[in-house]
Amino acid sequence: MFHLIIILCGLIMLYPLLWMLSSSFKPDVEIFQSASFIPKKFTINNYIYGWKGVSGVSFGKFFLNSLFIASISIIANIISCSMAAYAFAKLDFKFKNLFFSIMMITLMLPFHVRLIPQYIVFNKIGWVNTYLPLTVPKFFAVEGFFIFMLVQFMRTISNELLEAPRIDGCGTFSIYINFIMPLSMPALVTVAIFTFIWTWNDFFSQMIYISAPKKFTVSLALRMFVDATGTSSWGALFAMSCLSLLPLLLIFIFFQRYLIEGIMTGSIKG
Amino acid sequence: MKGYRFNRPWEGYAFLAPWITGFLCFTVIPMILSLYFSFTYYDIMTPPKWIGLKNYVDIFRDPRFYKSLRVTATYVVLGVPFQLTFALILAVVLKKDIPGVRVYRAIYYLPSLFGGSVAVAILWRQLFNKEGAINKILALIGIEGMNWIATPSTALYTLILLAIWQFGSPMVIFLGGLKQISQDYYEAAEIDGCGKIKTFFYITLPLLTPMVFFNVVMTIINAFQAFTPSYIISGGTGAPVDSTLFYTLYLYIKGFRHFSMGYASALAWILLVIIAGITATMFLIGKYWVYYDE
Repeated sequence: MFHLIIILCGLIMLYPLLWMLSSSFKPDVEIFQSASFIPKKFTINNYIYGWKGVSGVSFGKFFLNSLFIASISIIANIISCSMAAYAFAKLDFKFKNLFFSIMMITLMLPFHVRLIPQYIVFNKIGWVNTYLPLTVPKFFAVEGFFIFMLVQFMRTISNELLEAPRIDGCGTFSIYINFIMPLSMPALVTVAIFTFIWTWNDFFSQMIYISAPKKFTVSLALRMFVDATGTSSWGALFAMSCLSLLPLLLIFIFFQRYLIEGIMTGSIKG
Repeated sequence: MKGYRFNRPWEGYAFLAPWITGFLCFTVIPMILSLYFSFTYYDIMTPPKWIGLKNYVDIFRDPRFYKSLRVTATYVVLGVPFQLTFALILAVVLKKDIPGVRVYRAIYYLPSLFGGSVAVAILWRQLFNKEGAINKILALIGIEGMNWIATPSTALYTLILLAIWQFGSPMVIFLGGLKQISQDYYEAAEIDGCGKIKTFFYITLPLLTPMVFFNVVMTIINAFQAFTPSYIISGGTGAPVDSTLFYTLYLYIKGFRHFSMGYASALAWILLVIIAGITATMFLIGKYWVYYDE
């Protein structure tokens, strides 16, 4: 009985997603005829038609663009945030606690206060309509949440473990590379996963900075698709929407543990 | 915070250098500029012109500003409590180690993972259309649906429903909190003959208040900054008749469609003050009800 209720509620929750998935295999005329799941006439034309994309650019290109931005962001976040976290968690210097408090406060700032001047500056130096505004800041540890998460993790690495190589003559940098980074691997994987999800789902900043269809990401392409085709090809739109969610689903299936732990470190140990 | 204290003093700053640079270039300087722009007329083409408090005066006379504030407030006030209540109930239910519980947790978490995407916003727009699947289901029980998205009195509620649907990530945080509560409390409660409901209100809930607090603060801050669904569902305009004009959407329209960068900067600062005010108030009130088990 208990399981039945849980499954029933779960199905209601998933209904919209399942409906989208099944609609992506229906011919357009059928989509609006019924709320039923099973396509009367199964077709993959929506995927073929949708993959052709918009403005002569295929969805393959949009996926590559999104992947490119996500990959750069992942590398940038891992390097810059782990460096800051190492300093906060394991090094000793003046004003450390002050800097840490400032970092925590920036976590709560709405990004809109920085948005307009950033746009104006990037516009002045000719970075608009390139991927630079979406990637370069990440090399400067702008995602405070990740620093915080990594600090929480690195604090659990014992000091004795780091003092042994120190006595053997290892420098601070060498300890970072040879001990901190490998030991922090689970936390770094979490940073990578979250960076991927956030970049993949991002819409606002991508929309502001990117205007050439050739440079569009998946988010921008989907929106363009709505505008360009109106309501005439919902099937293709749903097909591409389903494809756009697929990478997130795969990440979830393979890295569920890291994802869940990442969300929890954000709150609990604080 | 204790490091292992073997490093030379400058090494700490060397590792912090990217963050410090980023903090100056992407937070401090933009914020100073933003504050300056908020006192100017600036359309990007011509240099900013100092106009003092005019933007702020205009904003407080602008009916669309009040409208966007009301829309956002409604979204927060109705969305957040429902979202967190569902999150808490499901966390308590899915806490136990019953067979299949991991799959159930995954199912309830999935909408949170997809929720911020353009794809789901498009899906939502379609579900609540006149010809959408929701109306098809309502027709089965004999109710004639309407175009929920295009009707001013209902459009915002579809967005609130979309927010509530994503209760998975606060649920995960509650789950983590529940797992930390020592089993001893529950054993003691059982010996004292406490019922399930009593146990929940006298043991679980008080011990969970730090997580409740964290979720309330974060969900409200995030809800104030919601953008993608309102943009996609309203076609970027806040239609119908501004009923889905979120605060951030209005800021976007002012800054990036009308190129009123000064006005938009002032809007951003008002948002900052609102969020800071709410956060500070919650921390003050939090002292009285958040229980830390030291």
